[in-house]
Amino acid sequence: MSAFVEPLNIIITGVGGQGNVLASQVVSVAAVEAGYRVVVGETFGVSQRGGSVMSHVRISKNKTYGPLIPRGQAGVIAGFEPLETLRVMFNYANPDTVVIMNDRPNYPLGCLLGEDNYPEPARIEDTIRRRVTRLYCLPATELAKEAGSPLAANMVMTGALVGSGLLPFGREYFTRTIEILFKDGVRDLNLTAFELGYRLVAG
Amino acid sequence: MTIMGVCEELAGVRVALTGNESLARGALEAGVAYAASYPGSPTAEVLGTLARVAKMFNLYVEWSVNEKVAMEGAAAASFTGLRSLVVMKADGLNVALDFASALALSGTRGGMVIVVGDDPGAHSSVREEDSRNLCKALHLPIWEPSSVQEAKDMTREAFALSEELKLPVVVRCVTRVCHASGDVELGEIARPERRPQFGRNDRVITFSIQLHARLEQKLSRAAVMAGDSIFNMYTGPDKAARLVIASGPSAMYAREALDMLELAGSVGVLKLGITWPLPETLLLNYLKNASEVVFTEEVEPFVEDNVLALAARHWDELGSIRFYGKRSGHVAGPAGAGIGELNPDLLADSLAKIFNVPRTEQAVLTSQEAEALLGEKMPGRELALCAGCPHRASFWAIRTALELDGREGIVLGDIGCYTLGIARTGYYLLQTMHCMGAGVGIAGGLGKLDRFGFNKPVITVVGDSTFYHAAIPALVNARYNRANFMCVVLDNETTAMTGHQPHPGRQATATGEPADTVYMEEIIRGLNIPYAISDPYNVEDTINAVCDMLQQSGPRVLIMRRTCALAAVKGKQKNRVYVDWDKCIGDACGCGRFCSKVYACPANIWDAEHGKARIDEAVCNGCGVCATLCPQRAIVVERTVE
Repeated sequence: MSAFVEPLNIIITGVGGQGNVLASQVVSVAAVEAGYRVVVGETFGVSQRGGSVMSHVRISKNKTYGPLIPRGQAGVIAGFEPLETLRVMFNYANPDTVVIMNDRPNYPLGCLLGEDNYPEPARIEDTIRRRVTRLYCLPATELAKEAGSPLAANMVMTGALVGSGLLPFGREYFTRTIEILFKDGVRDLNLTAFELGYRLVAG
Repeated sequence: MTIMGVCEELAGVRVALTGNESLARGALEAGVAYAASYPGSPTAEVLGTLARVAKMFNLYVEWSVNEKVAMEGAAAASFTGLRSLVVMKADGLNVALDFASALALSGTRGGMVIVVGDDPGAHSSVREEDSRNLCKALHLPIWEPSSVQEAKDMTREAFALSEELKLPVVVRCVTRVCHASGDVELGEIARPERRPQFGRNDRVITFSIQLHARLEQKLSRAAVMAGDSIFNMYTGPDKAARLVIASGPSAMYAREALDMLELAGSVGVLKLGITWPLPETLLLNYLKNASEVVFTEEVEPFVEDNVLALAARHWDELGSIRFYGKRSGHVAGPAGAGIGELNPDLLADSLAKIFNVPRTEQAVLTSQEAEALLGEKMPGRELALCAGCPHRASFWAIRTALELDGREGIVLGDIGCYTLGIARTGYYLLQTMHCMGAGVGIAGGLGKLDRFGFNKPVITVVGDSTFYHAAIPALVNARYNRANFMCVVLDNETTAMTGHQPHPGRQATATGEPADTVYMEEIIRGLNIPYAISDPYNVEDTINAVCDMLQQSGPRVLIMRRTCALAAVKGKQKNRVYVDWDKCIGDACGCGRFCSKVYACPANIWDAEHGKARIDEAVCNGCGVCATLCPQRAIVVERTVE
């Protein structure tokens, strides 16, 4: 675990339907279990219908922050989708920001309809590397399929986030939170997915 | 975040709650007995949370047919001395307004709190209405939580104020608090003895201007009490000459912005928890020392205008003050002052200009710089109906039928997931869109214009939950006055947009008990309106049904019934859908990439490398409609659900 700089600002981003809200929920419940103060800013409702989504998670030792992270102040960006990672990176990253990205594109309508061009994955990666020093790019959706369902990519990404060692509390708080929040098959699926993401990044 | 946190008994512990759960917990701590709501973002989850714990705490919790009925029911409980809660989004307050204005005059008995969810920036609404101006017109006190913790604490205390004044109290909570989550220190859950009483001599009546006088007296008392509230909070130097007056989450943004600008030591922040009636004495004490005052609030200049009026009345006690805010144009986002959400950066920009200090932190890229770095344009991401959404199939059927009909029929709509009929995945079909049920009333009006030569076919679409909420009076009107239009009920058997809440057409109540289902067919039959039912996944039959009904006259209803695709696959194995690449002939087909480009389902993607269609299995919900529309029959559905 790295030294904790107050507050730890995490942005979880992706496309509506990818399970952003659930991932930020797991992080915030785990943070409270570990005795930290946390605030998560997000929006849901119609904004989830295939649009860009973004959760701001702010973890502190003893202070309550506002629900929105200022520009350029993300400590970590967990991007569930390359284009959305890039979008958030441009607005919220600084050179020290750590970016963790799922490599699986989710094509916007404009790209499907041939009006827009989805940037080449290598170009997205390269652009991110030109702005930040640490980028983990992982096949989260493929790993989630391995775990049992592509929808568990959010938990692979959560595992990767914890595996990066950037959080001030350990993985046990996360596995316990997943055990509290989910039941039966979904619990097992999420735990497996979390492990796969964790191991890939933690090594 | 967990229902266990919401019902945790141990006072003093910290649990993670969403803002909406925190509002619900506040009501539990106040000993609420009766809660009612119609679902609307950003407050949709408050009632759902209470419904889940209703049995445990012996509450009555209902999803009402609309906000007016919800408020009337909650008022009834208050009249008997019970504490009651009613929850709605800002748009819902418009629906309940008639009763709310009468209720303010008659007054209440048991504590009654009205939670109104405002949506600055219109994240999940069609507008960003600021309900505070309405609440002021209603003569109701307004409390504004700035954090998840305050959402709970204010709700609890608002019940006490309501009981003291015998007047409902509004807790106005914005999206950034409702949809936020965080650690909350819990208080004790109250378990009062509940004995509803309404004797023969009890009267709660709105009749006479004396009541108006009494209401003004209540508000005068509320203004005095507001001055002592713990929810108004000052941080900063003593006798600050430079002062920010903030409300809601903008108080947090302002403090963070001042930190960024290294102004926290010299600029004070007065956060108002109670924004109506204003805590005048408190405000005047701070204004007396101030020479520069900045207002931060969402959305409209509500506190700003009222404080300016206060300052004008007390001009001889105050020094010369420069006021900055939305009226002066200094606190403004890209869309202009008083439009859209605030955030810490926007306030840092505004405060840096006002106090003439530089912004020192690292600059972020403009979108032009970002695109230059990437070397190409960043594609946007517009909202879309979900993969497998039955509304897409319904819109496709309506669009096709109107093309076959050839009379340039027009399509109207209103509020629900199907609002996306104004955009690409609804083929831009909807030509009017205003509020719940409005399409049916507007269709009725257009359907009476034949005498002036307006003869186009008129179709209006309305959702199932919206049908019960607001469409029935318009249908009665249409029957009675013989309006000529076709109403399509897009019945996905749930209130999908706000998170799948039940409605009167469902088999269970909010708390999961069996309901006396109100079938829409029976209502329509009772109105003597001809109707038919089709399954939108069966596109061909649905097109035929629309074509047939377009030939009829008078009011008529076509119910397009198919469960919401997200609800249908929840907890189930999805159908596997894939493209048989031996059959898909790509651009040689001449279909114009129908599945992805024309039908526009986000699960239908294009494999550029192989020049063939493909299904994104991470997105597809397995409806199989594309398989029935593909001209090559190249899409295969392996069924696991029916």
